[in-house]
Amino acid sequence: MKTKITENLIKSHNLSKDEYKLILKILKREPNLLELGIFSVMWSEHCSYKSTKKWLKQLPTKAEWVICGPGENAGIIDIGDNDAIVFKMESHNHPSFIEPYQGAATGVGGILRDIFTMGARPIANINSLRFGDPKNSKTKHLLNGVVSGIGDYGNCIGVPTVGGECFFHKSYNHNILVNAMTVGLVKKEKIFYSSAKGIGFPIIYVGGKTGRDGIHGATMASAEFDEKNKDKRPQVQVGDPFKEKLLLEACLELMSSDAIVAIQDMGAAGLTSSSFEMASKGNCGIELELDKVPQRETKMEPYEIMLSETQERMLMIINPNFKEKTAKVFKKWGLEFSEIGKITDTGIMKIYFKGELKATLPIKPLADAAPEYDRPRTKTLKKKEKTLKDFKTINLKQALIKIMSSPNQSSKEWVFNQYDRSVMGDTVADSQKSDSAIIRIHNTNKAVAITCDCNPLYCNSDPYRGALLAVTETWRNLCASGAMPMAITDNLNFGNPEKREIMFEIVESIKGISEACKKLKYPVVSGNVSLYNETEGKSIYPTPVIGGVGLIKNYKNFGRINLKKNKTIFLIGKTYGHMNQSVYEKEIMEVERGKPPKVDFKEEIKNGLFIRKLIEKNLLEGCHDISDGGLVVCLSEMVINSNIGMEIKVPKTSLSFEEWLFSEDQSRYVIVPKNNEEIEYLASIENISINKLGKAGGKKLIIKNCLEIAIKDLIDINNKWFYDYLS
Amino acid sequence: MAKKPLISIIIFPGSNCDRDLIVAIKKTLNVETNIIWHNEKIIPKSDIIFIPGGFSYGDYLRAGILATKSPAIKEVIRWSKKGVRVIGICNGFQILTECKLLPGTLTKNINPSFLCKDIYLKLNKNNKLIKNISKEKLKLPIAHSQGCFYCEEEQLKLLQDNNQIAFQYCDVNGNINKDNNPNGSLLNIAGVTNLKQNILGMMPHPERAIDLQGLSDGKFFFEVLKQL
Repeated sequence: MKTKITENLIKSHNLSKDEYKLILKILKREPNLLELGIFSVMWSEHCSYKSTKKWLKQLPTKAEWVICGPGENAGIIDIGDNDAIVFKMESHNHPSFIEPYQGAATGVGGILRDIFTMGARPIANINSLRFGDPKNSKTKHLLNGVVSGIGDYGNCIGVPTVGGECFFHKSYNHNILVNAMTVGLVKKEKIFYSSAKGIGFPIIYVGGKTGRDGIHGATMASAEFDEKNKDKRPQVQVGDPFKEKLLLEACLELMSSDAIVAIQDMGAAGLTSSSFEMASKGNCGIELELDKVPQRETKMEPYEIMLSETQERMLMIINPNFKEKTAKVFKKWGLEFSEIGKITDTGIMKIYFKGELKATLPIKPLADAAPEYDRPRTKTLKKKEKTLKDFKTINLKQALIKIMSSPNQSSKEWVFNQYDRSVMGDTVADSQKSDSAIIRIHNTNKAVAITCDCNPLYCNSDPYRGALLAVTETWRNLCASGAMPMAITDNLNFGNPEKREIMFEIVESIKGISEACKKLKYPVVSGNVSLYNETEGKSIYPTPVIGGVGLIKNYKNFGRINLKKNKTIFLIGKTYGHMNQSVYEKEIMEVERGKPPKVDFKEEIKNGLFIRKLIEKNLLEGCHDISDGGLVVCLSEMVINSNIGMEIKVPKTSLSFEEWLFSEDQSRYVIVPKNNEEIEYLASIENISINKLGKAGGKKLIIKNCLEIAIKDLIDINNKWFYDYLS
Repeated sequence: MAKKPLISIIIFPGSNCDRDLIVAIKKTLNVETNIIWHNEKIIPKSDIIFIPGGFSYGDYLRAGILATKSPAIKEVIRWSKKGVRVIGICNGFQILTECKLLPGTLTKNINPSFLCKDIYLKLNKNNKLIKNISKEKLKLPIAHSQGCFYCEEEQLKLLQDNNQIAFQYCDVNGNINKDNNPNGSLLNIAGVTNLKQNILGMMPHPERAIDLQGLSDGKFFFEVLKQL
């Protein structure tokens, strides 16, 4: 029976009236339900980037070492010796709020597939998580579910999860963020792309059987939450990491031959978007026979088959000479597969079901006409500066204790210990041991450094500078690990772009990222946009998460968050005493006020290159960059990590003790040289700001005239929160 | 110089430590490993057969149990009875207890989450299979959610009396106590052998600790295999 396309039906597909008019124009007739469904997912925010495309185009994406920028499944950079690194970050925010375990697990599964679709073996995962206020009744359940979902998926597939962020703030009470990043390794000549080729070549479906799970997941990720979303559980997919492991091994085995002409994973919008994108990129047509799609459930309609988001599925175009080889590999790995169609030269997508033609869609016009909006935006009205609450004045030691035991500054051991960080045997350092996680390139002396960052408080106060600082912080993390920063992936998490102030945040953030990337010669090679992270009109803080990747020439020389007894501790960089939007103001004064710190790129680059050179030459015992919480948090983390104390003297300064210890000025590092004279000499040649702070040793962190705390107490304080909260 | 050992490794769908093991064996013993796919009915003559870590057949039902039905495991059982050394690591250990080649069982960790961390192991120098390891203790990573070793009291006594307890979790100074028991195993047991001491199961991963800074004790474990 033919379903009538009503206004309600159009609305429930999240298509605007204008978009529907465009559909009529392209088809020169009314679409049927299946066609409407296809349009709706292809033009959803999630698949089409319609609100952000205009701005994303302005990001710098090129450098000599960039092999593939945004637009493919992931970005690729050249790390020499014919090796390339493939990476991307992707969000799974909406599903993870509805069903945290499966939402997070399938988020990891999805990003892993993006990487191995390109021919790369995944070598590391990291993730960036944002939860609501710990006091919010849902937070504990969400935290537990997300962490075990991420862990179980990565652990089972055997890819180490080596670090990340975990941050709590009330702005995420009803919209948590789960951003997962995977890094893969591939030989340059074995990179696979999704552009379809070969008229008449068969289209092979392989992996999980299609069910009704996740239908319209992409549309869900393109709308705000409301009370009704509680009923959207069926739109969340279920993950099977074992199947993904088989799919990974089978794909890589098949990729070692010349069987695969083009390949695309079935992620958001499943079979629709994978088949469409392949044909669109290859400028060809496609014919699908949906009866041949392996199905898990009975009586599935074409609409359901095309829009299902069942996990662990791949679509590939095979050279017909390799059909037997392909079948042999998939059988070996026990995978379901089927030839479901072929490539044509018509430029049209034809979908058949039970011998009948069910949909006819012109590929190029549909893809090219995907809406692109320049949505109106307005600068957020300056919020009235809140008057300070009567916060209790506490001494410096109490302040440090309060900060080190706060959820955001607490040790994330509880989280990381649930992640297998050592599988694959190449984890040189996880993100607790160094400012970025360091993974050796198998069978070589090289390593990649991986990190991610975003400070939502900074971004909320000034989206431009906040995003710029997020990029810069990842750059600094990589330098502090001794890596040459090479490129980033960005995961832009915002509220509803149809609201002017949200659109303003989006555009400002993209501009901030752009500026930092240009200044640091640190291009964007892949990314993801997650909008509509709001519930009942309340948006999350703007959260443009940046994932940075760098290269270490010799994995034996890397920056460690470490101390050595009797060695001197130095501060690199200038301290101005910037306290606004700092952890100190947030935790101790209980206020978010003013602007985030400024960054001077000349200083940033000078200091970063200097630090990297010291580490490359193996001149340091320890190194840690100064970020959230300021100098004293940085020093505390070094004490905790090495189980060695220190005695520090505050230099002559016009700053208050609070400012000197807790300010969050940028471009700063703490280093512990092997030989002081050598470092001081090198710093003087390069005009680096360097200050002696004190010496490592003893059983306490001592900052003369300020505070004194035993290592054991510091460790206990730092570990306590997570275990108390979750036990 | 002793002859190089012939080493085979069984790979199941879902194994994920196979590559690490093959690389570790190559790096420490300079031996190419013979790879056996789970459905192969014949394992050629070997001095040592390894069962690697991972999630064999997805570890559905119960960790390790599905693998016990595979043709390759039937071959492992046959060879083990002839005295061939069999070493199961992590999921490999779970498989060996499930097919009763080793005593006891591995249940959910006492804190039920997956746990990944570096631990210290105390070696039982009276156990034939590992006594020649040239260290008193080893620092190795663990990564599992079902590694809590359990057996009946009577069985436990036998394990002690017959020196079948090969490895126990300990602290940096070699002390064995509750505080450094990561998963709730009886007597901090991390690895056991059979009575004949030709079959070893262990939860920690020596193959992940070959040549990384601060994590390279795994090489002492593999190097001793030359002397078997």
